[in-house]
Amino acid sequence: MSDKATNEASLKGDWALWEVFIRTRGGLSHRHVGSVHAPDAELALKHARDTYTRRMEGVSIWVAASTSISASDPAHADAFFEPAADKVYRHPTFYNIPKNIKHI
Amino acid sequence: MYTTELQKVSALDNSLSADPPELVAAFEARVAADAFIEPKDWMPQAYRRTLVRQISQHAHSEIVGTLPEGNWITRAPSLRRKAVLLAKVQDECGHGLYLYCAAETLGTSREQMIEALHSGKAKYSTIFNYPTLTWADMGAIGWLVDGAAIMNQVPLQRTSYGPYARAMVRICKEESFHQRQGYEIMMTLANGSAAQKRMAQDALNRWWWPSIMMFGPPDDNSPNSAQSMRWRIKRESNDDLRQRFIDVTVPQALALGLTLPDPELKWNEARDHYDYGPIDWEEFYAVVRGEGQVAKERMSARVKAWEDGAWVREAAAAHAVKKAKRNAA
Ligand SMILES: [Fe+2]
Ligand SMILES: [Fe+2]
Repeated sequence: MSDKATNEASLKGDWALWEVFIRTRGGLSHRHVGSVHAPDAELALKHARDTYTRRMEGVSIWVAASTSISASDPAHADAFFEPAADKVYRHPTFYNIPKNIKHI
Repeated sequence: MYTTELQKVSALDNSLSADPPELVAAFEARVAADAFIEPKDWMPQAYRRTLVRQISQHAHSEIVGTLPEGNWITRAPSLRRKAVLLAKVQDECGHGLYLYCAAETLGTSREQMIEALHSGKAKYSTIFNYPTLTWADMGAIGWLVDGAAIMNQVPLQRTSYGPYARAMVRICKEESFHQRQGYEIMMTLANGSAAQKRMAQDALNRWWWPSIMMFGPPDDNSPNSAQSMRWRIKRESNDDLRQRFIDVTVPQALALGLTLPDPELKWNEARDHYDYGPIDWEEFYAVVRGEGQVAKERMSARVKAWEDGAWVREAAAAHAVKKAKRNAA
């Protein structure tokens, strides 16, 4: 992935774009915080550290070449997520349990 | 302000668009319902253009803003002050980077934006075209300039464009130390020797009016504001923000035992606000036109830094390509 981004970056013009994900504390997942430009993954990690963790905001960083990310299309979001809309039985509140039944 | 429309767009430019009316209507309904617009969402061309202009101008302001302060890093009066100033300048560079990235999500490139800044096509906040003459200016800038920036940026955390709003949240978290370190410098000087107190007063005298002007022209002379308010790019008017800044800052100045360079400044019981004297907008527009005291110096320092760093960027890119080839082999 990183090599692909590097090869795409020519020696002229902007460096490749990388999306930055940070784990703020042990036990939490990495979360998208922004992006940086860098010629390769190694420098992208250093730029991400300098740009997004000046106040110890992270214990771990992922960078991913922006070109490697596939995203769902917001214009079709309704249709895309529609299958989940009518399945209320996936939620615990769908089931009526008498009040005297405890710990359930 | 960093985000004041400094480049006037004609109404014609904004209305000339081939945007399908039904998409525009759906977009405006979403914005009116306080939904955030994200990069891949449909948006009117003028919304995109306005944002690219505003966000890139904001980014340029952060970057150019490091120059007047960078000027004093090597001359800071103590190691503590030097470490603090260095950290602040690093933050401002970071702010520039968050904002450039936000602008890039709208389809412009870093290269285009930097080119526009260096060629003089893009504007940046007029405040940075004033010189920083004494150490007290570091105090006045942190207190007043960052203070005004905070006042302007807090409502922008709810601006309608998601990447811009998120950049503003991050920036606002970092700004508060900037203002406090500036006020601390002013407190130290104002309570120091007679010469130090004079220096603090002199800095306040020079930075007060330019800080007030940072909020941009009065509302009745700010033609693009209405559109930006409707699209929730801008959430509060120039004059409202300016008044709020004056109201909170005057007591801070009085607490320093300093005076403000405005003889008409007076608490107005009936309005529950400070009244203030007329602002010299001629000066403001002259600075916008590039007639600021150190405008040329700022741009040549910026371009020189960019050119001096070219070999580092080229070496890093060449190294990356070489390594990629080796890994592929
Ligand atoms: Fe900033
Ligand atoms: Fe700042």
